[in-house]
Amino acid sequence: MPKWFLPLAGVNAVMFAAAPFLIARADYESTMGLVQKIFYFHMPSASMFLLSAVVCGIASARFLFGGSPRQDRLAHSAAELAVLFGAITLVTGPLWARKAWGVWWAWDVRLTSSLMGWMVAWAYLLVRKYGGPGSDKLAAGLALFGMANVPFVYISVNYWRTIHPKTSVVPTLPADMGTALWFSFACFLLLFTLLLRVRVHLEEQRAKVDTLYLSLDE
Amino acid sequence: MRSSLIRVLALVFALGACAPQAAQKPQPQPQPAPPAATDEFVPISQLPAQDQLPAAPLLVTAYAFVWVALFGYLLSVGRRLTKVQREVDRLESDIARGPRT
Repeated sequence: MPKWFLPLAGVNAVMFAAAPFLIARADYESTMGLVQKIFYFHMPSASMFLLSAVVCGIASARFLFGGSPRQDRLAHSAAELAVLFGAITLVTGPLWARKAWGVWWAWDVRLTSSLMGWMVAWAYLLVRKYGGPGSDKLAAGLALFGMANVPFVYISVNYWRTIHPKTSVVPTLPADMGTALWFSFACFLLLFTLLLRVRVHLEEQRAKVDTLYLSLDE
Repeated sequence: MRSSLIRVLALVFALGACAPQAAQKPQPQPQPAPPAATDEFVPISQLPAQDQLPAAPLLVTAYAFVWVALFGYLLSVGRRLTKVQREVDRLESDIARGPRT
């Protein structure tokens, strides 16, 4: 692992410990009240979910057209993070919606396309695990589809009638709400970077095991 | 004489037309109506379902899930990494000992 990993992991742990204090100090939203504070972890995890899908898609495209195993390892790692952050998004969202909207789930465009992106990430991992020889290429194709879904997820709230808040909510946040949100966003972005690095390291070690087995057989 | 009379009349008419606008005073800003006095108490059980629902358990569940998911994933990656690292060490020592017979 690189030298910067442990110090940054320490910084990230301190940031995550500080985040609840900033979130608690942020003003209550006028109509939703306390439950709106789910937003401060929901939105950053949703952003990391979409970022993971984009990283997985770009790395898969580079693997498909360049054949680099390094890109394949990156794509595989990013797909796992898309499942993790997607799960957080899809669990915290309905918990917020139950109070704010009166329902756990609505089949509107944002929610449905997010669920679809999450299922594509799962499909990627399942194809990699059980797909047999050639599954890396098939999974890379799935990752391209997952990446194409990302802009659709993002803009859907602005173009279709939906009960989900629009993207314009974030730039218009008051100072204390904005501080709490962007601090949480920085926490999640650093966590994403660290998890991606450690997950890629795991794939590198697995590749090393394969190489060692081959050299043992020779 | 007649033309000057017409001019004077036209001036008076024009001034008369402008006068109400010039004399118009700025309208006072409408004041927000004070909230209506409460004339009855509504029990919480009569509110819609989402208004009766307490927010705290939902908030705690959401944050607890985030922490559990992140720690669970960290543990999972740590375990897998330890397992692979052990295998790498074992294979490297096997290779160092020499080829298999």
